Amino acid sequence: MEKFTTHTGIAAPLKRSNVDTDQIIPAVFLKRVTKTGFDDALFHAWRQDPEFVLNQPSFQGASVLVAGPDFGTGSSREHAVWALRDYGFKVVLSPRFADIFRGNSGKQGLLAATVDEADIERIWALIDEDPGREITVDLEARTATIGGFQTAIGIDDYTRWRLLEGLDDIGLTLRNEDKIAQFEARRESWRPRTLPVP
Amino acid sequence: MTTDASARPRTLAEKLWDDHLVVKGENGEPDLIYIDLHLVHEVTSPQAFDGLRTEGRPLRRVDLTIATEDHNTPTLAIDKPIADLTSRTQIETLRRNAEEFGVRLHSLGDAEQGIVHVVGPQLGLTMPGITVVCGDSHTSTHGAFGAMAFGIGTSEVEHVMATQTLPLKPFKTMAINVEGTLRPGVTAKDIILAVIAKIGTGGGQGYVLEYRGSAIRALSMEGRMTICNMSIEAGARAGMVAPDETTFAYVQGKPHAPQGQDWDDAVAYWRTLPTDEGAVFDAEVFIDADELEPFVTWGTNPGQGVSLSSSVPDPADIADPNQRSAAERALEYMDLTPGTPLKDVKVDAVFMGSCTNSRIEDLRAFASIIKGKQKAEGVRVMVVPGSARVRLEAEAEGLDKVITDFGAEWRFAGCSMCLGMNPDQLAPGERCASTSNRNFEGRQGKGGRTHLVSPLVAAATAIRGTLSSPSDLTEEA
Ligand code: SF4
Repeated sequence: MEKFTTHTGIAAPLKRSNVDTDQIIPAVFLKRVTKTGFDDALFHAWRQDPEFVLNQPSFQGASVLVAGPDFGTGSSREHAVWALRDYGFKVVLSPRFADIFRGNSGKQGLLAATVDEADIERIWALIDEDPGREITVDLEARTATIGGFQTAIGIDDYTRWRLLEGLDDIGLTLRNEDKIAQFEARRESWRPRTLPVP
Repeated sequence: MTTDASARPRTLAEKLWDDHLVVKGENGEPDLIYIDLHLVHEVTSPQAFDGLRTEGRPLRRVDLTIATEDHNTPTLAIDKPIADLTSRTQIETLRRNAEEFGVRLHSLGDAEQGIVHVVGPQLGLTMPGITVVCGDSHTSTHGAFGAMAFGIGTSEVEHVMATQTLPLKPFKTMAINVEGTLRPGVTAKDIILAVIAKIGTGGGQGYVLEYRGSAIRALSMEGRMTICNMSIEAGARAGMVAPDETTFAYVQGKPHAPQGQDWDDAVAYWRTLPTDEGAVFDAEVFIDADELEPFVTWGTNPGQGVSLSSSVPDPADIADPNQRSAAERALEYMDLTPGTPLKDVKVDAVFMGSCTNSRIEDLRAFASIIKGKQKAEGVRVMVVPGSARVRLEAEAEGLDKVITDFGAEWRFAGCSMCLGMNPDQLAPGERCASTSNRNFEGRQGKGGRTHLVSPLVAAATAIRGTLSSPSDLTEEA
């Protein structure tokens, strides 16, 4: 995983709440067995509409999505994160994220950070003033800055540390392999086993 | 467990957490939690197997892992090669991966194949006191047994495959108290739709929900599974019901249920699991079961639901501007006019299935209403059992005959029209009464319109062709 410290890029406003995972990437794209190449699937239905924000010339190359509350609700599909990442998004800002989506983001190096609802609206207004404007998200300082306006971004310490260090989860856990083996040694025998098949 | 921990009154969720703690996280790090059972299906596993391969890591505990094919499987002509190339690739990839890593797999055509959340309980692998994960948000279903069960993303699937653990932050706990007695025709599905309408699709975020109270105690395991299944629609990672005699009776004798001394040990432990007297929940919600009526959703998220006897709500009455505009957009998508009695809404299709409502008891309930009747003209009715085993059971009871005599389609097991990854989809603009769990835009097919309902409401709707409850049938008769 690449380290994330600070990022500057075009901010795209997604002025909707409750953007669920079926809108981020419809189920039909989940059939793929690869982990990359989902850029065409992102917001697939909405992108058929020429007026949709990502179809507007000012937002080509956008890498920071500024969304309404409850972003990423619905299914656990990590494809939603891959689609955002493959499209080129590095950061999603929203007043509130669905838990699983936020967890998945942290694991893929996509920064999902919260920003107060009033400040999200302020950012939208600043983008409307000058579409295509860049925003800088500084993970070290926990800030987002756009057009002279700065606001705090919310992220838990642990995810922040891992993003800053670019650390992979499994490697971290396997440092505790002896403890896992000790735990397994004391598990009760009634606990279910899938093998052998009875 | 330390004496300290057992002295303080704890909730069911806290007890399970403590008993699966491998490493306690310090300085804001998450805890490392042991996973007893890992369920795998074709959609969220290929990239995880791929990750293991790339890193040269083995799958740590194949004996705690089981896979089934469900999301993509056709529900007709299952002996023929799958027509859709990408669906076929995904299923063939699972078969190759299971073979390579030594994972037990139930493939299409096998008696134990089916929706992963139906298969776990029916095999007796799902039991109280365990942790269950799956790369699927409706893993919350298994919490009905007094297990800690939640959906995970593909990275976490890979993590569990490699380590049999997950780094997790403790959840907060919320008690959902449902006291009273359900009226006839009101079911577990109506309870959970009412809960979600009350707390909202984000109301459970960060919480494990524990469903409690006399109305929950009175439910069968199937009913409890229906409720826990939809916990995720309230934003919660997990939902649970404390294990009791109903739970033990259901588990006992299943193929993987503990036996002999193991059974006695297990039950003795399971009896210690219910939330202690005096334990404190972070939040509490109260629902009066006596007041509940059959429920139906009118919008495009599971929280947009009302009693079936009422009318399509008017967004103008909603104070919160965000919710108001969401309601406006939902009504436009659903092509509904405020004030229309919901019972006047005509449907094109009825879908009876999904991990919410496709177990044998659900099929029995559906069949009890339609028996000897004819479906409404022009309405397509599809009945999809949750697993091949449920299909066999239903056929042994003659339910298939009741269903086909009614004019409905009797299909093979799988997720089917719950999410339309296989050919079972709504056409654009079609309206469906569905026993599934999500009414998102396009969920059942592009442009399709979904009303979430119970099996009883689905049956009555299939008979009358408009959203209906069983009581509408008796009034007519
Ligand atoms: S039936 Fe529907 S909700 Fe359940 S696992 Fe399948 S797709 Fe998911």
